[in-house]
Amino acid sequence: MHELALADSVVKAALQAADDAGITRIGRIVVKVGELQQIEKDLFEFSLTSVIPSQDPRLADAEFDVAEEAVRFACRACGTEYGRSDVDIDSAGDEGEAVHFIPELSHAFARCPSCASPDFDITQGRGITLERIEGSADDAD
Amino acid sequence: MTRIDPRTAVVSDRLAGVQRIIGVTGSKGGIGKSVVASLLALSLADRGVRVGLFDLDFTSPSDHVVLGADRRFPDEEFGIDPHRVEGIDMMSVAFFAGDAPVPLRGDAATNALLELLAITRWSDLDVLVLDMPPGLGDTNLDVIRLLPRLEFLLVGNGSRVVIESVRRALTLFAELEVPMVGLLENMHRGTSTAIADLAAAHRVCFLGSIPYDETLEEALGDAASLRQTAVYAGVPTLD
Repeated sequence: MHELALADSVVKAALQAADDAGITRIGRIVVKVGELQQIEKDLFEFSLTSVIPSQDPRLADAEFDVAEEAVRFACRACGTEYGRSDVDIDSAGDEGEAVHFIPELSHAFARCPSCASPDFDITQGRGITLERIEGSADDAD
Repeated sequence: MTRIDPRTAVVSDRLAGVQRIIGVTGSKGGIGKSVVASLLALSLADRGVRVGLFDLDFTSPSDHVVLGADRRFPDEEFGIDPHRVEGIDMMSVAFFAGDAPVPLRGDAATNALLELLAITRWSDLDVLVLDMPPGLGDTNLDVIRLLPRLEFLLVGNGSRVVIESVRRALTLFAELEVPMVGLLENMHRGTSTAIADLAAAHRVCFLGSIPYDETLEEALGDAASLRQTAVYAGVPTLD
């Protein structure tokens, strides 16, 4: 499952962010899962715990806070703003599978409900984002 | 801290087993970049080089047409696995999009590139060939930004329409200090030495002139026929 690769990217990005911020023990890793990519929250949480390096002291106390984010589109042609239920992407078929791997392929299948344009921006809820990390600097180190 | 795109954190990891990354690029459309990129990969694979081919022309992918690759979803495990085609590890949005058009603005193309870089499991490769979209736009700038080990192989031809854009590309790549494999002339006709002259003027390696090949169109999609074409014979060996 390719969720593991995305989870791996979150953990590595969190470690990089911790190093940049001088954090030696990460307490929380806050992640958003965008609706468009159709990644199940529970599955992604499992993926995160699967890829976390167990021996890394920076992650010994780390907890994941995973929240879902609804997708919103904004049409460049007519200005209409709309959501997932307004577009016709076959979630269970090849279209949904393609968008699951590459959310930008929504431009191949989704159309503005007002003017049928494929020229839209995905303004939120696209895929996986690392919102923030929380932690502390261990002075003993 | 602000919101972070986690995908950039793993790009170098995903390409850790790749020795060389060569972007086959050209500043105009229709000069044969996809054919050169695909047959460069085929030629390398035939000589036992471990090679990958990544079609980055997201809005008009065509390497699968050149090589006759099936369009089917890649296998999924810890990421997605490239298809194996004629000894080449191959990735393309065409494997996902079917017959649908893929209209992408620049930001969307950048996101698609990052997503595929983050989830594609390239095996250990001697060379990864990137088939770049035409021009000096988002995807070309993205690979320069994201892939510090990138080298460009610039394709041009002797048309005055193309020469001007080749000159601009050479100037930009020198300014950005992108390593160059060299400049390759494709679809050569007549006696023009303009591309070779440009290479000399810009102090990049001239990789030769591939003559215009009337048989190429018929050969598309069939590896055995492609191996008889002038492009296959004329792509550089990278030795």
